Amino acid sequence: MNILLSIAFDALAYGMVLFIICIGLSVMMGLMRVINLAHGAFAMIGGYIASYVAGPMGWGYVPALVCGVIGAALIALPLERLLYRRVYGASDPLVQVLMTIGLTFCIIGATNFLFGSAMRAIPLPALISGPVDLGVRTVPAHRLFVIACGVVIASGLWYLIERTSFGIRLRATVDNTGMAGALGVRTDWIYTATFALAVGLAAFGGAVGAEIMPLDPYYALRYMVTFLVVVSVGGAGSIGGALVAALLLGFVDTTGRYLAPNYGEFFFYLAVIAIVFVFPHGLLRRGA
Amino acid sequence: MAPIPGRPAASPRPGCRSRGVPGRELVAPTVVAILGALAYLAFPDDLAFFTRIIVAALFVMSLDLVVGYCGVATLGHAVLYGAGAYAAGILCVNGLTDPLLLIAAGSVAGVVAGLVTALVILRAHGLPQLVLSIAVVQLAYEAANKARDITGGSDGLSGISPGPVFGLFEFDLWGRTAYVLALVLLIATLVVLRRVVRSPFGLLCRGIKQDPDRIRAIGGTIYGNLVKMYALSGAVAGLAGGLTAVTTGVVGLDSVSFEWSAEALVMLVLGGAGTLYGALVGAVVFTGFEHYVAAVDPYHWLFVVGALLIGVVLALPAGLGSLAAWLRRLLPQGAP
Repeated sequence: MNILLSIAFDALAYGMVLFIICIGLSVMMGLMRVINLAHGAFAMIGGYIASYVAGPMGWGYVPALVCGVIGAALIALPLERLLYRRVYGASDPLVQVLMTIGLTFCIIGATNFLFGSAMRAIPLPALISGPVDLGVRTVPAHRLFVIACGVVIASGLWYLIERTSFGIRLRATVDNTGMAGALGVRTDWIYTATFALAVGLAAFGGAVGAEIMPLDPYYALRYMVTFLVVVSVGGAGSIGGALVAALLLGFVDTTGRYLAPNYGEFFFYLAVIAIVFVFPHGLLRRGA
Repeated sequence: MAPIPGRPAASPRPGCRSRGVPGRELVAPTVVAILGALAYLAFPDDLAFFTRIIVAALFVMSLDLVVGYCGVATLGHAVLYGAGAYAAGILCVNGLTDPLLLIAAGSVAGVVAGLVTALVILRAHGLPQLVLSIAVVQLAYEAANKARDITGGSDGLSGISPGPVFGLFEFDLWGRTAYVLALVLLIATLVVLRRVVRSPFGLLCRGIKQDPDRIRAIGGTIYGNLVKMYALSGAVAGLAGGLTAVTTGVVGLDSVSFEWSAEALVMLVLGGAGTLYGALVGAVVFTGFEHYVAAVDPYHWLFVVGALLIGVVLALPAGLGSLAAWLRRLLPQGAP
């Protein structure tokens, strides 16, 4: 019973981190139809900036998160203008895959040059660094914090996309860019804003989840496939799908690691194949 | 529909051109043979490295068959290569020592792995297909890691010592036999594959890549032909795997890794997909660069490859291999 509880709790926290990082990628892939393998690299940039601000600069945890998000978005926006714009809607997905892999390699090289290859930690404030007694059992407070962040972001995004005028424009652009533009939606601006939002969320996830997914220059490559898998399983562009997929795959992965550690990620990928076979368009397909 | 980047809209039809000039088919293999011989004479100390390049070239050519000619997006091609490498390695450890038989066995294993992979990944398209291919290669990796008794797990499979080729040529310390064997196999494969991609079957596969609906409308079958091409690709990838097992004497887990699949795709796109020569150019440039830059600092190497990739995708969508065609087109215009 005890072990089941700890698996469930760890799986929930891991799934939430996956969700926070992947939801940006999912929205971006739904909107711009771009397979962005550099998404993990942006998460890593957020994490590194946060670790620098919280560590050597000593500004504290919350400013570190804010700086991480803003910094990553500032780095990513010129890249969107210069590189991504040229491959939006490319009919051959390989072009996008290769360009974003190239970008990931460059970011890994640059990160190693600036910060070295050692692992980085983000010092936690006292409030969320200790254990918390939930009555049933004690759990690390940081995990609770991560889960809370995931819930807040899921509901915030739902509100943003379903209830605000920005959300209406965003959905219109996703469904038919040309028609939305003809009706006066500034689709250009929507693209840029969505890109910034996606990168910001990735950076936030990278910084918040650094305890669970440790930061080093190969972070971008190590989790690249996992993020892509979550988005594909959930269905690109769907918030609910990304949430279900992140929690489900987080659960499968964590359970596999607890119960059969020497099988590695065998069960994770077995589950992926099964899910893609049964739901070839993702668990919850947007607008279907 | 807009022309696909990476493929000029008005590309010359290879099938028609070759029929007029009979000797043309043999130009490329001859060039490869001459370059190979020159490399053998000029750098006798680097033959092991050149053999590695040839193995990479074979593997990338097999990837080109499915990516460049059929439009299948895969990041899991190392399954085919690894099947060949492990098949040859395991047979050799268990007593079969004829190197050509071992390589043939690798090729057969590649076909089997290709058929199994095709069953899984050809079910989907686009992103799900990419994800399925990744999942397949990760499963194969974990399986090879777990089957430690047969494959050696993460320690790798070692102790592969094949006998002499044709019972005459021993594998020597300088890798001369290995290099010549690899070069001959590369040229033979190139000749065969050029014929295949120009055959009606090869052209049909190109058609499937460009417009599956139209092919279906004129009565072509999609799935069956793609599976066939996948099996052929598996034969070449398995050959490359078997060759590496025979020439290096070890098979590591990295031969069924996602990284090796991704590297092959990078080489293919660097050189240019859908021409077979592009695969050769990409393998030579990538492996050569890697050899020299990565020796200095692996992270610098990553940065250089990344920048090269972005540059090629944005500025030279048909790959480095298209540079030659581009130069050739410039020349007559410059001459009076």
